[in-house]
Amino acid sequence: MKILVAVKRVIDYNVQIRVKEDNSGIVTDNVKMSTNPPDDNAIEEAVKIKESGKATEIVAITIGDDKAQETVRKALAVGADRGIHVKADGIIEPLAVSKILKAVVEKEKPDLVFMGKQAIDDDCNQTGQMLAALLNWPQATFASEINVKDKSLEVTREVDEGLETIEVNIPAIVTCDLRLNEPRYASLPNIMKAKKKPIDQMSATDLGVDTKPRIEQIKVEEPPKRKAGIKVANVAELVNKLKNEAKVI
Amino acid sequence: MSREVMEYDVVIVGGGPSGLSAAIKLKQLNSEINICVLEKASEIGAHILSGNVFETKALDELFPNWKELNAPVKTKVTKEKFLFLGKNKALSWPTWLLPKVQKNHNNYIISLANMCRWLAEQAEGLGVEIFPGFPASEIIYNDDGSVKGVATQDMGIDKQGNKKDSFESGIELHAKVTVFAEGCRGHLGKQLISKFDLSKGKDPQQYGIGLKEIWEVNEKQHDEGLVMHTAGWPLDNQTYGGSFMYHAENKQIFLGYVIGLDYKNPHLSPFDEFQRFKTHPSIKKYLDGGKRISYGARALIEGGLQSLPQMYMPGALLVGCDAGTLNMPKIKGSHTAMKSGMIAAETIFEHLKDKKPLSIYEDKFKNSWVYEELYAARNVKPSFNWGLILGIIFTGIDQILFRGKLPFTLKHKNADHEALLPADKMPKIEYPKPDNIITFDKTSSVYLTGTNHTENQPVHLHLKNPDLPISFNIDKYDEPAQRYCPAGVYEVQKENEILKFVINSQNCIHCKTCDIKEPSQNINWVTPEGGGGPKYGNM
Repeated sequence: MKILVAVKRVIDYNVQIRVKEDNSGIVTDNVKMSTNPPDDNAIEEAVKIKESGKATEIVAITIGDDKAQETVRKALAVGADRGIHVKADGIIEPLAVSKILKAVVEKEKPDLVFMGKQAIDDDCNQTGQMLAALLNWPQATFASEINVKDKSLEVTREVDEGLETIEVNIPAIVTCDLRLNEPRYASLPNIMKAKKKPIDQMSATDLGVDTKPRIEQIKVEEPPKRKAGIKVANVAELVNKLKNEAKVI
Repeated sequence: MSREVMEYDVVIVGGGPSGLSAAIKLKQLNSEINICVLEKASEIGAHILSGNVFETKALDELFPNWKELNAPVKTKVTKEKFLFLGKNKALSWPTWLLPKVQKNHNNYIISLANMCRWLAEQAEGLGVEIFPGFPASEIIYNDDGSVKGVATQDMGIDKQGNKKDSFESGIELHAKVTVFAEGCRGHLGKQLISKFDLSKGKDPQQYGIGLKEIWEVNEKQHDEGLVMHTAGWPLDNQTYGGSFMYHAENKQIFLGYVIGLDYKNPHLSPFDEFQRFKTHPSIKKYLDGGKRISYGARALIEGGLQSLPQMYMPGALLVGCDAGTLNMPKIKGSHTAMKSGMIAAETIFEHLKDKKPLSIYEDKFKNSWVYEELYAARNVKPSFNWGLILGIIFTGIDQILFRGKLPFTLKHKNADHEALLPADKMPKIEYPKPDNIITFDKTSSVYLTGTNHTENQPVHLHLKNPDLPISFNIDKYDEPAQRYCPAGVYEVQKENEILKFVINSQNCIHCKTCDIKEPSQNINWVTPEGGGGPKYGNM
């Protein structure tokens, strides 16, 4: 069984996001970047499945500029066998990502496609679902537990009401939740070995995908600052303010 | 348990200016030498914090074509100011009356973090292997006592010291020569200095704490290339320190404050002095309407030549501020750190090729321009023991009239941790509340550093005696850790009328001030799990 895992390079979750002064986007210069956290869970799960003998090959794929390759290297350092880097600049919307992944799936013919449930930069939570639609494959989103069976997967999903367990036939798309597992650390010798693993380079055009954004981004703004609270003298004043100023009662 | 071993010709601990310059110079001398650089930050540059007005002397030697190589050294210094601040007044000191070492017209305003990122790219291009996120936590010795290499930190240990599922054992890196380039108060460097008695016959090292913020300001208030320094308010005559304000590219102002850690008043809070300083009319006018975008702090070396330890030992060298090569009156250490790394590289090259002893490092260092600079600078910092005013008068005579050639050397008498006087003998300081426009509290400041340490891991700030903060420090010094820590790591809390000393190690920004200033040297800073600590951008 072959697993394709999609990973995305995003601003590190510890970094405080800053909006560009002209509101055209967010500041990314000299900002620490890392792998999208749930994508780490996706890689970890694939590696675990391979370690249990149920998968034979893990291919890590990323889409982005030259530096996005670091994300694939990291996946290789924790256990992926080879990488694919689809070069593309600028904002690549989930639909374009799904189309690129579809083209790669048709070439690579994996049995499973894993990815994070969403990316922490745009929070779209669309790519897995769109890819499932484009490929007409079953999907299991927000996975917090995966059991590989003969020709299917039993997946526990994190849903609003609690946990939902479903079974999907292979081939399938799985999007992973942070609760799925605890990603391992890349050890120094494995980072060295990862430098020698192959990464195929291609571009979106090679795959016949038009990545032109379909959405026009008009403005990026910081959320409004919270005003400082005030102290009220008594209940009457509080009720009065809630009624007439805040207009909530 | 035996750990995996990797062999290199040279292992360098720390990816700052000195370590990276050593790696680059070695590769330039012989591309066959295997070199590995370990860095505790999650990426190169993320733990680097500096002013920085950069003198290109060492860079010119390392990469004569640095301009073509697009080094991030772009903003030339165009204007200089020096102000003596009173509470509301400012006296501008004519720049022609400044000693030569404080003139910057050939220098550049840079971000040292970006500079290190660029140096790392150059080093990797030459074949140096750089591993960010891997702190060297332990020194490995040969049977004969010489340094064999270092071990990286185990990953995936929980608070109680048990292995988690994600446990990943550290590995040993063995080398013919190990270079320690951890920066000021390196936690391995400290062990080496003590084990090999490298400070024998030297004065106690002197340190400062530097706090820095980056502001994005309006065009009108920005004067790209302006370099301004101040002395005086809010510090008193007895406390050594001053500010810097550098107008960098992209309408950014690099604003910072440095305070000598030999300050005497335990009530003093370097963080709050910096915040208060920004309210001075001659500073505030630049910041009004602007936005603070970064914050950070780091200890720095101030001891100079008198305190510089022996920099070689069997199997290893100390470079940059892991030894202490900063030039205090110049307020610069990057060029000297780089040069010390380059001299170390030449030493190692000859050591590997012709078996020359590592002690030639000292001779090479003494014959270099770094030594000349540090020699001329040596009397400035100790003269400030007489207070700001006498210090300035003496420095004028020493630096302008005699150009550092006075026939005597002043001594540093005490270590910084011995300087505090009892809390009840010293005046309390009332710091104004932050306005959240110009001045801020520690919590919101630390937030900007992006610092984080994986939650479930052992505390990396060790107390030799865990009772000391409450049983001794509270009464005698009102536990100064609450104030000297610029990240709010240390707190004294009252629980059911019982005082408790709390260490919020997750907040730590790796400045090392506690390791230096704790009056009984009770705090030992050790490396946390790899990748932890601040995520500085262009500091």
